[in-house]
Formats: sequence, C-alpha cells, structure tokens
Amino acid sequence: MMENAELVNNPDVSFYNSGSRKGILSWLLSTDHKRIGIMYLVAMIIFFLTGMTLGFLMRLEMLPGARSLMGAQTYNELFTLHGVIMIFLFIIPGIPAVFGNFFLPIMIGAKDVSFPRLNLMSWYLYIAGGLIVILSLLTAGGPADTGWTFYVPYSIRTQSNVSLAVFGAFVLGFASILTGLNFITTIHRLRAPGMKWFKMPLFAWGLYSTAWIQLLATPVIGITLLLIILERFFGVGVFDPALGGDPLLYQHLFWIYSHPAVYIMILPAMGLVSEIIPTFAKKNIFGYVPIAISSLAIAFIGYLVWGHHMFSSGISDTSRVIFSLLTFLVAVPSGVKVFNWVATLYKGSIDLRAPLLFVLSFIVIFSIGGLTGLVLGSLNTDIHLTDTYFVVAHFHYVMFGGMGLLFFGGLHYWFPKMFGKMYNERIAKTACILFVIGFNSLYFPMFIMGYLGMPRRYYDYLPQFKPYHIISTVGSWILILGILIMIFNLVKALRGKEKASMNPWGGTTLEWTVSSPPPLENFDQIPVITKGPYERE
Amino acid sequence: MSNESEIIVTQNSEMHIHRDDEASKIGMWLFLFTELLLFGGMFILYAAYRFMFSDAFSIASIRLDRIIGSVNTIILLTSSLTVVLSITALKRNQKKFAIFLLLFTMICGLLFLVNKYFEWSAKIQHGIYPKGPEMANLPDGEVMFYGLYYVMTGLHGLHVLVGLIFFTFILIFVLKNKITSENIQKFENSGLYWHLVDIIWIFLFPLFYLIHAY
Repeated sequence: MMENAELVNNPDVSFYNSGSRKGILSWLLSTDHKRIGIMYLVAMIIFFLTGMTLGFLMRLEMLPGARSLMGAQTYNELFTLHGVIMIFLFIIPGIPAVFGNFFLPIMIGAKDVSFPRLNLMSWYLYIAGGLIVILSLLTAGGPADTGWTFYVPYSIRTQSNVSLAVFGAFVLGFASILTGLNFITTIHRLRAPGMKWFKMPLFAWGLYSTAWIQLLATPVIGITLLLIILERFFGVGVFDPALGGDPLLYQHLFWIYSHPAVYIMILPAMGLVSEIIPTFAKKNIFGYVPIAISSLAIAFIGYLVWGHHMFSSGISDTSRVIFSLLTFLVAVPSGVKVFNWVATLYKGSIDLRAPLLFVLSFIVIFSIGGLTGLVLGSLNTDIHLTDTYFVVAHFHYVMFGGMGLLFFGGLHYWFPKMFGKMYNERIAKTACILFVIGFNSLYFPMFIMGYLGMPRRYYDYLPQFKPYHIISTVGSWILILGILIMIFNLVKALRGKEKASMNPWGGTTLEWTVSSPPPLENFDQIPVITKGPYERE
Repeated sequence: MSNESEIIVTQNSEMHIHRDDEASKIGMWLFLFTELLLFGGMFILYAAYRFMFSDAFSIASIRLDRIIGSVNTIILLTSSLTVVLSITALKRNQKKFAIFLLLFTMICGLLFLVNKYFEWSAKIQHGIYPKGPEMANLPDGEVMFYGLYYVMTGLHGLHVLVGLIFFTFILIFVLKNKITSENIQKFENSGLYWHLVDIIWIFLFPLFYLIHAY
C-alpha cells in the first residue's frame, strides 16, 4: 500500500496517467474530482450542442414565419425542450459542476472534495436526469409542450410527456443539491492551512454562495415537481383549480426555486471574472472583500425576489411593490462587482489574451442584460413588456451572455491547466468576436420587437416584425459559426502537440502552482498560505 | 478520535482523504436542511389552503382517527429516545444493549408504518382518496385537505421507511464491528435523520388530527 502511495503521489505524472484502471472504466468509476469535472464537461457540451440545435431550428422557423418549417405544436415542443435542456442541464449545473469540481479543491489547497463518492454519484444522477429528459422526447405522448416553467393547470392536463420531463428535472435537482452539499463541506473543512476565509480565491466565494442556494432552494422545486407528477397520476388536487387548488401557488413555489436558480447560474460565473481579470491586468484585485460579500448578498437577496416573475399573474399590489423594491436591491451588489472589476483593470498592465476578451465582452453584454432587467423589475414597464420578446432578449443577455459566455471564457482560461495543451489564440479570439457579433444581432432586435409588442412563444408573427426577425436569424448563424470555430479550435489543440506550461497566463492562485495537467493528488505537499490569492511580489 | 486517519484505497487504488467525522456531520446537517425545505414547500401549501378553506379543513379533520394518530406520536417519540440511548450505549461499549435498543427503535418504526397502513386503508375503504367515489360529494376544501393529508403523511411515511433501511445497515455494521465506539459517526447521522422524521411528524400530527374543536 505504501508503495502504491508513493507511485500515485508522483508530481510529474498527470492524473490522466495515474490509477490502476484503464480505458473507459478509469473514468466511470473514478472518484477523482478532476476526472469527474472532465466527465461533466463532455456531457455538458453534448447537451449544449443539442439545445443550440433546437434554438437554431426555432430561429430558422422564424425567418419566413407562418407554417414553413414546423407548426405550432412542434414549435411549442422545441422551445420547451430548448429551455429544459439549456437551463437544467447546462446553465444551472455548468460552471460549478465542471470548473467547480476540477478547480475548487486545487484552489483551496485540498486533494479532493469532502465526499468523493457522493461526487461521482451526483454525476450519475445528472446523466440519469439528462437521459430521462431526452427519453421524454421519444416515448408515446410526445415531448412536453408547456414551456420550461411547467405552469399548471396546463401541465396537468396536457397529453404530452410532462411527467417524464418533470421527473428528469427532479433527478437533476438531486444532483445539484448533492454537489452544493459537497462544496460547502469542502470549503469549511479542507482549506489549506493559513487560508482564512478572506484569503480564499473569489471563485471559491462564488461557489460557496451558489452552493447555499443550491441547497436551500432546490428542495422546494423538488417537491413542487413531485406534486405535478402526483396530480397527473393520482389526481391529487393540489394546484388544479377544478379541485379547488390555486395555480398561483404553483407559480410561487416554482419561482421560489427558479429565481434563486438564476443566481446559481451567474454567481460562479462572476467568481470566474474575478479570477480572470487580476491575472490579465497583472494586478491585485480591487475590493476583494466587497466582491466576496456581494456574492453572499446576491445569494441572500436573490432568495426574496421571486415575485417579480408574477407581476401580471394577479398577486396583490402590496406584494408587487415589495418584490419590485427587492428586485432593484439586487442591482446594488451586482453593481459593486462590476465597478470593482473595472477598477481592477484601471492602471493595470493589461494583456488582452483570449480569456480576457471573453470577460470584457461579458461585462458589456451583462450590463445590457442587467439594465434591461431593471426595466422589467419596475411594475409599470413590466406590464407592457411581460411575455414579449423583450423578456426573451433580457434573459438571454444575462444567462447566455452571462453564464454561457463565461463558461467558454473559463474554458479558455483553464484549458491549458485541464489538458496540458495550448490552443491557437488568434482563432480563439476570432471565435469570441464572432460570438459577440452574432449574439448581439441575434438578441438585440428582440428588445425592439418586444417593445413593439411581439409576444414570445409564437411560431408566427405579423409582417411589421419581419426585418427584425431576419436580422435575428442571421445573427444566430454567426453565433453558431463562432461556437463551432471555438470548439473546433479546442479539439484541434487537444490533438495538437503544443504543450502548456505550468503557468501560461501568470496567474497567482494555487492551481497555477501545480503542473499542467495536475497530478493525481494535486499537491505533493499541502501548501501553507501566507498571502492573499491575487497578491503579487 | 477524529485525528485518527484511516487510509482508504478505492477501486482505482487512488488514495483518498482520511475519515473526517466533522465533515460527515456537517454534510448530514446540510442534508437535513434540504429535507426541511422539501417539507417546507408542503407546509406553505398547507398554510395557504387552510387559510382559504379553514372551515372545511376543520370538518374534514374529524374523520381522521385521533387515537391512532396519538398512538403513532407516542411510538415515534419513544423511538427517537431509544435511538439516542442506543448510540450512547454503544459509545460506552455496551454493544448488546445498544443492539437491543436499536432493534426496539426499528420495531417502533415498523409499528408506525403498520398503523399508518390500517389508517389509510380505512379511509380508502370509505372511498376517501383522490378520485375516490366519496370525494366527488365533498366540497373543494375537504378534497384539498385529504389530498394534502395523503401527500404529506405519505411522504413522511416514505421517510420512515428510508430511516428503517438506514438502521438495517447500521445494525449489520454494528454486528460486524464496523461501527464501534471509536467510529460511530454513521450511526449518529442516522440518528439525526430519525429525529428529523420525528420532528416533522410532531408538526403533521396537530395540523391534521387536532385542528377540530369538539
């Protein structure tokens, strides 16, 4: 056993080449957080491409409008699946499951997470949930056509496969809870000696705040989705108005989870920004403590704003005013972050590499998304804009432009560390620029259309919206082209020969002190922390 | 005790972190939070509907069997006591006594489920179940009451069952000396879970059985 131990601790051998199993089993049975992170990455990219294809088809249908490519029912099914796949399988778990798993233990100086086996189980639950969602496509009844929100009473009455899709989301919730539980315990127990709370990298702060939301919000949607299934199978009347139920209660319970889920998506992404900016500005982060605390503040306030999804559902004026006020409050900690990032760049020695390009694009796009969020958060304007393309544009700006863009930014930042290979940076930058151009031409016209009254979730439109839809669809092609070039570039780098050094960007956090890719046990000796994560000599 | 590290070699013969009882305890408490919120969603629904249909709830409550409900409350509370005693006994190395107390706890859990079975089947025989023949004659509020009754006590019963499965494993581990006074965290965690099941019942019992004033 001791011989084995010496063998595995060899810091010159990457984790890819350690372990006794070979082939696929070395992955499927591994409890190593790095391998689990990579397995999430592979699964997630597959699900993302599936969701992207569905989105592409929807945009294609909107080019000519009318019944060209598909009819209303198919379009309903597509936007439901697009939403379910993108939200439950990509955006919510994305950054914590992939980068959190791979990097959290390394960044806090640990050998693994607290519960490695539970971690592997979360991955299996995630895959099971994903497969159940995909299965709902193929079984009798056809794909769910309710939209990803599964609003009652329609979700109880429709003949489509709502139960299966909902059950998939339920299982995914379980995976999310267990990951959150694991991360909180890991951060509490396994920080390296000397790493006080305020010496933790900000990415870990983002994950910590996220994990609490995962833990405290997800069970609520778990029970809500379970109730839908019970209503469908056993006719227990909990939400169905025909049995005296109140559909508004469903909306409350659904958004008690699903609004905080928005912060599950964005907080780790914001943590990533706080990693990338100091690295490429070659400067200590400006306002470490406010950034760390603002993550917790967003998590806390974000828990109390769900009602803003229901301004037009018929809730009382008092609660609308309170929810509107609380919604505005979220903008404060978000603003704190943005200003601190910009202040970090100020007078820095900026090295505009590909990851930083992603981050700068994020700041611009996310600011547009955030400001239009305020438009939706105020009562009067929301009544005008609710259920229009304005909402669609807003959440794509914050979600896809926020988490999505940064997922790829993070991938470019940590790719050398994860795989030990370097990609072609010129192509990466080109892909990023194409992404941003395509993104804005795809979604910006939707703000205008929504303002002019184009409702969401219709497969057809009035002739005056034609020019906007054309720009939007063409934008989707540019965006997809950018994404494909990016993936192609990364896959090519994987197969290429150009090796990455230990610290290609000049980062200061712990992951840059181990070899690329890291050895099995991460650290030869657990490091002792004496200075802040972004301090430079 | 918690400083003692045992090296676990997993299937990959990758070395992993030694046992960390503190982490295991934190993890369990976090899990209990999620359980509370799971039931919390249902308690919110209960509160909202009871506010809407307060009279109907109180009338529907008459039909629930207070005797069985009370007996079950006593059984579950007793079992919560015996599981703590069992853990303490094992900590004092009184293995046989600990096993006796654990078995007693499990029998209590089983009795609870048996009572629950008779209670449910009596209701079902009277046609009181979702889509049942009697339900059509009842006003909305009472239908809602019984719907929530089945869902909430059903989910709770499921938790009792899961607790019993946990205890079965614990029993085997204790018999095989894999859980001892030196290594008792798994047992303590299962005990915590059992208390949670108990606490939820303490809220369910009055909210369903005792809301009618005679």
